Amino acid sequence: MSAPVLAVDGLTVEFRTALGTVRAVDDLSFTIGEGETVAIVGESGSGKSTVALALLRLVPDPPGRIVAGRVRLDRQDLLTLDDAEIRKVRGRRMAMIFQDPMMALNPVYTVERQIGEVLRLHLGLPRQQVFDQVVELLRLVGVPAPEDRARQYPHNLSGGMRQRVMIAMALACKPRLLIADEPTTALDVTVQAQVLELIQELKSRLGMAVLLITHDLSIVAETAHRVIVMYTGRKVEEGATAEIFADPRHPYTGGLLGAAKWEENEGNELREIPGAVPSPFDMPRGCSFAPRCAVALARCREHAPALADVAPGRPVRCFVAQEAAR
Amino acid sequence: MTTGTASPALEVRGLVKRYPVKGGLFGGGRVVHALDGVTLSLVHGETLAIVGESGCGKSTFARCVVRLEEPTAGSVLLNGADITRLGARALRPLRRHMQIIFQDPYASLNPRYSIASLVGDAMRLRGISGRKERRRRVAELLETVGLGAEFLDRYPHELSGGQRQRVAIARALAAEPEVIVCDEPVSALDVSIQAQVINLLKRLQKRFGIAYVFISHDLSLVRHISDRIAVMYLGQIVELADTSAVRARVLHPYSQALFSAAPVADPGATARKKRIILVGEVPSPIDPPRACRFHTRCPYRQDICAEKAPELRPVEGRLVRCHFAGEPGFPPMPAQEAAMHG
Repeated sequence: MSAPVLAVDGLTVEFRTALGTVRAVDDLSFTIGEGETVAIVGESGSGKSTVALALLRLVPDPPGRIVAGRVRLDRQDLLTLDDAEIRKVRGRRMAMIFQDPMMALNPVYTVERQIGEVLRLHLGLPRQQVFDQVVELLRLVGVPAPEDRARQYPHNLSGGMRQRVMIAMALACKPRLLIADEPTTALDVTVQAQVLELIQELKSRLGMAVLLITHDLSIVAETAHRVIVMYTGRKVEEGATAEIFADPRHPYTGGLLGAAKWEENEGNELREIPGAVPSPFDMPRGCSFAPRCAVALARCREHAPALADVAPGRPVRCFVAQEAAR
Repeated sequence: MTTGTASPALEVRGLVKRYPVKGGLFGGGRVVHALDGVTLSLVHGETLAIVGESGCGKSTFARCVVRLEEPTAGSVLLNGADITRLGARALRPLRRHMQIIFQDPYASLNPRYSIASLVGDAMRLRGISGRKERRRRVAELLETVGLGAEFLDRYPHELSGGQRQRVAIARALAAEPEVIVCDEPVSALDVSIQAQVINLLKRLQKRFGIAYVFISHDLSLVRHISDRIAVMYLGQIVELADTSAVRARVLHPYSQALFSAAPVADPGATARKKRIILVGEVPSPIDPPRACRFHTRCPYRQDICAEKAPELRPVEGRLVRCHFAGEPGFPPMPAQEAAMHG
C-alpha cells in the first residue's frame, strides 16, 4: 500500500485559559490516503475544528499550543517547519474551506485578485496567465460567466457562489489535502447538494485527500469513506462509513445515529442522549461519556478506557464494547 | 375567547408582506415580495410544517402571524377572531393564545433577568399576580420541560444552548397557548440535544393539545414531527400536503428537487437515491420571475410556465401550484430524468 497523504500521530492541542488548561485535542491519530474522504464527526466541544486548525498550524498561540504529536503530509513533518516553510505548504499542498465564505474572502479584493494571489505566491505565474487560470478555476467549480465574475467583489455574489469562489481558491494549486470544515452548513439544501457534488467530483479528478469536518451525519453518510467520531477531544470510534452506520460500537456513536434517525421514527419518540457535553473545566473522571451513557459500568466512572480494536480497522474507546467483542 | 374544537386554532388568509427597498443605487420604488398570498389553517393539536430555502418567506410568515411584523394585506384569525388589525392594547390579552419560539435561545432571552422572572412574566399576563404563587408555578413548568427548580434563580448565560431552549419553551408554555410558532427551534443545537428538544415538544403537544406551526429547513426533521407540510418558494406555497402523502411522493417539481437534495443519514440509501440538482440558486425576491416563480429553474418547464401563473389547486388530495401536477407521470421520477433530457 502506498504511503498515506496525511498521517497524524498522537496530536495533542491545549488551550491555556484563566480557568485552567484545557485539552482540546487529546492524542489523536489517523491517516488519509489519496482519493480518500475521511470525516471527523462531533458536536460542539469535540475538538473537531481545532484538529483542522492544528493541521494547518493555525491554532492561535497563545492561548493554544500543539503540545505533542506528529503531522506528516506526504512524509514531511509539518510540526517542525518554521513559519516561512509552513506558509509554502498552506494553500499549495494543503488547503482549507471554511463554513462562512464571507469570513474567508477579503471584501475589498476582486475575485480575480483573491484567487490570483494564491497563484502568484505559490506558482509565480505572470499576470496574464493568472487571469486565464482564475477564469479556468471558476469554470471548474461551476461559476457561470467566469470572466465577469472574476472582476466582481465578494458582496456581489450569492452565498453559494462565494462558497464556490472559496473552493476555487483552495484548489488553485491542486493541493494534496483539502480540509473542509462544515463546508455547507451556511448553505441551503439545494445549493449544499451542488457543493458536495462538486467536492466529490474534483476529488476524484485531482486525486486529492479530503478531510471533512462536520456535525451532520447525513453528509457523512453520503460523502465519506471512513468516519472518526470525536467526543471531548478524543477519538471514541473509527471505521468504514457503512460499518459505522450499520453497526456502531461506541454508545455515543449509537446515540448520535439514533438521534438523527428522524424518519424511521415518525410518530415515535427519538432515542435521545440525555444530558449535555461536559464542560472542559469539569471533566468527569473515567470515561467522559459515562455520565450520559445508558450502559456505563462502575468501572467506566473510575477509569478512562483506551482505544482498542473491536474488529479489524474498528478502534473503539469503550470498556463495554471491548468486552462484548471478546 | 371561546375555543370551538371544530373551528381552526389558527387561520391565515391571503397573507401578503412587501418591503420597500430603501435608498441605494437601485432603490427607486423597488419592492421585496416576501409573502405573496399565503393561505392556510391549523386545527388544535396539529403540527403544520413550513419548509423552504432562504428567501422563501417562511420566517416572515412566522413574524407576520404573531404580529411582530404588520402584514401588507390578508388576515390572521386566532380561534376565529381576526387579530390582523387590532391595536397593541386590544392585542395584548390575545397574545397569550399564540406564542413563538425562536432559533437562537441566546438572543431571545434577556440576559439581565433570572429564569424565574423570564418565565414568570408570561404568567402575569394571565393574571397570576402573587409572587410566591408565580414562583411555585414556574418551578412546576421547569420540571415539565426537564429542568429542575434549581434553575429558578439562574441567568441565561449560565445555561447551555439546550437548556436555554427549554427555558424558551417553558416561557411559551407559561401563557398556556393554543398555538406555538416554532421558528427553527433546534437548528442552533447539537444533534443529540435536538432530539431531546423535539421529543419534549411532541410530549407537550400530546399533553396540552397545542398546535405548532413548525418552521424549518431540515426536511428529515420536518417529516418526523409534522402532520402536514407546506413547501414555500419565493413567498408562495407551492405544495401543501399531509406528511404521509409527502413521504410517498411530492407533486411539485420544486418539492421534488428540494426533498431529493436533502442528504440521508444512511450510506446504503445514497447509492440507491437519484438526486435532482437544480440549476442556479433561488432568484431574488425583489424581482421574482413572472408567471410561475419556479419556471427559471424548473427542469420540466414548458412555454406556458413563463406566460401564466399557476393557481394553488387541489390535486390528488393536496394543493399544488403547477400547471402540470396531476398529469400522469408528472413530475417524472428522478431515475427517468436522464431519459427525459436525452
